[in-house]
Amino acid sequence: MSLVGLTIVSVLFAVGTYLVLQRMLSRVIIGLGLMSHGANLLIMLSGPGPARPPVIGTAGLTAPVADPLPQAMVLTAIVITFGITAFLLALALRSYVLTGSDAVEDDIEDRRIAGETHMVEVTPPLEIHEVVE
Amino acid sequence: MSWLLPAVVAVPVLGAGLTVLVGRRLLLQRAIALSGVGFVLGAALLLLVEADSNAAVVAQVGGWPAPAGITLVADRFAGIVLSVSSAMLLVVLLYAMAQLGRDALDWWFHTKYLILTAGVALSLVTGDLFNLFVGFEIMLIASYVLLTVKTGPGEVRATMSYVVINLVASALFLVVIAFTYTTTGTLNLADLAVAFETLDPAVRNSLGLLMLVVFGIKAAIFPLFMWLPDSYPTAPTPVTAIFAGLLTKVGVFVIIRTQTLLLGQDGPSTLLLFIAGATMTFGVLGAIAQNDIKRILSFHIVSQIGYMVMGLGFLSAAGLAAAILYITHHIVVKTGLFLVGGLVEAEEGTGALDRIGGLLHRRPVIAVMFLPLALSLAGIPPFSGFVAKLALLQEGLALDRGVIVAVSLAVSLLTLFSMTKIWGGVFWGETTEPGVPSARGMTLATGSVVALSLGVAVFAGPLADLATRAAADLVDPAVYTSLVLGGG
Repeated sequence: MSLVGLTIVSVLFAVGTYLVLQRMLSRVIIGLGLMSHGANLLIMLSGPGPARPPVIGTAGLTAPVADPLPQAMVLTAIVITFGITAFLLALALRSYVLTGSDAVEDDIEDRRIAGETHMVEVTPPLEIHEVVE
Repeated sequence: MSWLLPAVVAVPVLGAGLTVLVGRRLLLQRAIALSGVGFVLGAALLLLVEADSNAAVVAQVGGWPAPAGITLVADRFAGIVLSVSSAMLLVVLLYAMAQLGRDALDWWFHTKYLILTAGVALSLVTGDLFNLFVGFEIMLIASYVLLTVKTGPGEVRATMSYVVINLVASALFLVVIAFTYTTTGTLNLADLAVAFETLDPAVRNSLGLLMLVVFGIKAAIFPLFMWLPDSYPTAPTPVTAIFAGLLTKVGVFVIIRTQTLLLGQDGPSTLLLFIAGATMTFGVLGAIAQNDIKRILSFHIVSQIGYMVMGLGFLSAAGLAAAILYITHHIVVKTGLFLVGGLVEAEEGTGALDRIGGLLHRRPVIAVMFLPLALSLAGIPPFSGFVAKLALLQEGLALDRGVIVAVSLAVSLLTLFSMTKIWGGVFWGETTEPGVPSARGMTLATGSVVALSLGVAVFAGPLADLATRAAADLVDPAVYTSLVLGGG
């Protein structure tokens, strides 16, 4: 594995993790995208490195053959991530239409417990949205 | 016989395509879905019989020999889990057909359901780490769409956290695949088992731990279970029932497969036993605090996963046999309990325990179906849960692991307590306003699950023998590797 590649992967994962922990849905989705990019890049790096194309019928050439497997795997993984990201975006849009805000909603259970103990004042979702903004 | 292996994945996918082609002709869609899932059940049973006489059915898709090509394997373990899973898929499909039109199950339900079937089948029979990823994703994508059949605020919120958690798990899965490929140069599970033997123990254990985290998120083990009780209860009953019965159990299946095949066997694993105990305890404590029938049952899924991990934690033939028996019993009982929960919701219009009651007088048949399932979940003799738990406890005592045995007994008691809470809330008390009576088909489907769970108890002897044979294959990875790498 190359050092440059690994650095890029770790930066992608660090930024992705930071964004996934945010309150705004759009940031969470971008964070997930970056994380998947990091994972895909890591698979690309897991092969033995650049070499002659793996084509049958070039027996005379002596140069080593590249490993096609990581590329095949990454293609599959990219398509899957693409599909799920599209679904997530549709879900985020639906959530925006329903609640009028881009923030991840409070857990119902958390809110119930907070209400029962009277320890925490339950804030309406709109105000949470303003605080985050 | 080996042609059946690709067929259990291909036939449901083809069926899903056909349901789209026939458009909004409900009768045709139902016929296609029924024959697709029915085919998988038949094939699974044939594969199990064949695997039990020959140790495993192996298919090399595309004709390339083992480490290079795509390998599909059905050994006894996969055969058992696939058979039980497809039986449940068929029953829940019948239940959903009876409910269709009453709940907001939309037109493309059958398409998604067939895709889910294909994903579950591929995850169970694959012999390759990357195809396992693909199988998981097929299963998950179908589950995302099924969870959002209704697109109200509750569903969207619950599905969002479910999708995000699973996407993070998928990214981690890809990282595991990349690291494994760099270290060993192969992803074929049998080939990996050979390669892992010569690995540095530190590298091997860290890869094993990463796998445990990834599959632990899917299986909802402690401390990675928080997403489950939050997302499952919001979906329509058939969806929740099939998720509860199958999805986490596929995770447990893969944990058992990877831990036995790739990591060495040196006595009981304290880490796994600790996870098992914590999963049981936190799951059941969560269940006791709930007030909604589906939420209580969802927390019990988590608690029950602990028992399966406990069987794996012993890392012995008898422990694994008990875990296999437990999985078989649990898939049936858990699906049945959720179907009963759905009947109650259909009758009363809600699942909140403080708003319903007196169902015993109005619909005694529901109470009759609930009782054996609930007692079985708590492990009361003579029901199926007792047999599975007894096997676990015997092995725990034989290996001198008193703490986990004590924890599991205490958790059983708490399970019984929360089942009586459901009983008292739903069936006793003041009769409430009757809602819409549930369809007869729903009751019939639930009844057949109850019959199956009683069948597991009646045929516990032969089943335990089968589980013991399956566990013997798992304990010795050489059986698996020689079958996959030896023949084609």
